[in-house]
Amino acid sequence: MLGGRLKEPRKCCPDIVGVIGNTPIVELKKLAPKESVRLFAKLEFYNPTGSVKDRVARSMIERAEAERAIQPGQTVLEPTSGNTGISLGLVCRQKGYPLKVVMPENVTEERTQLLRMYGAEIVYSEGSKGSNGAVELALDMVEKDSSYYMPYQYGNQANPDAHYYGTAEEILEDLDEVAAFVAGLGTGGTLMGNGRRLKEHDPSTQIVAAEPLQGELVQGLRSLDDGFIPPIIDISLLDRKILVSNRDAIVWTQKLFFEEGIFAGVSSGAIASVAVRMANELEEGNVVFLVADDGSKYLSAEIWSKSVEELEAVDSTVWW
Amino acid sequence: MPLVKIPPVLRPTVSGMSEVEVDGSSVGEILRGLADRFPDTGDQLFSEEGELNRYVNVYVNDEDVRVQNGLETDVGQTDTIVILPAMAGGL
Repeated sequence: MLGGRLKEPRKCCPDIVGVIGNTPIVELKKLAPKESVRLFAKLEFYNPTGSVKDRVARSMIERAEAERAIQPGQTVLEPTSGNTGISLGLVCRQKGYPLKVVMPENVTEERTQLLRMYGAEIVYSEGSKGSNGAVELALDMVEKDSSYYMPYQYGNQANPDAHYYGTAEEILEDLDEVAAFVAGLGTGGTLMGNGRRLKEHDPSTQIVAAEPLQGELVQGLRSLDDGFIPPIIDISLLDRKILVSNRDAIVWTQKLFFEEGIFAGVSSGAIASVAVRMANELEEGNVVFLVADDGSKYLSAEIWSKSVEELEAVDSTVWW
Repeated sequence: MPLVKIPPVLRPTVSGMSEVEVDGSSVGEILRGLADRFPDTGDQLFSEEGELNRYVNVYVNDEDVRVQNGLETDVGQTDTIVILPAMAGGL
């Protein structure tokens, strides 16, 4: 009937934090390389601050509250290159916790603006040390000042649990099978949480990590022992772990927009490139990949108005 | 011959080179060959037990060998081995 309801009415959430999750999945018919393999993107920019990290921020803070690990009004401190900080900004602001974030100085301008909008205080770490430098500085700050509560997304089980109990369940509700799940490897939460749940459902599901090939200018380590591995990562859960250059990530971010109309962040371009590679290798099945955030935080980088050859600072920027 | 790409943190141990050709048919053979030529590299790449340093990621072309056959992963003559330090990511 024209003008009639197409779906069941949605429930009204008591606050904005309650809106987090239940994001849509869309099929990508133009980027799928063959008809027998279907390609799907789970659009996490439908979360309130526009990224998948809203799930993680809510999970970490609510678990801390349930376990009485955080006190009312306590300052939350976290190393983050942006999205986690922004999500924590939303959750902490709603729940009354001041927030301080530590991030590398060479991230895009929009992330700084959004963090300040949510009321976060920013501490910049040395850009040449990349995210390792932010983690190192944050851990040092917490050691010296016990008044902080650090959720520590890299070592907090509430991070992958947000995906085990949330993202993965939503995927299984929407799709009858998943031949491969592809996501970015950062803290490891997305891959560990989704990987564990999807493999519980079907052990043949391939869990595939897309990993950023960090530019040389952000690898400022004194020795390999200065490296960092997030404690929550169990590499045995992965079936493939594939490097993606910044240039390829940007090219595929452009493809997502110009061919499928998806305005996504640079990590999603990288992940899409790996998802299409998996789709090429498979004979049949569904390939699902996670679009972690939208492109708004990358507008100042002019990704959609220039070719990758014309872009500046491609290798010295921490894109994801 | 396989090409090994050296990250900045290791270049002081290989006379500043960013890439080195090392013959071999497995990742382990090639990395040990690199360490034979440049002993200081071996101290950073391997543990005392001869296992890959946990903070070192090694890729054949663009795939991490730890998710393949580790040091036994096959390497073809036109392949590139990429050595990278483990870096925190995750936004």
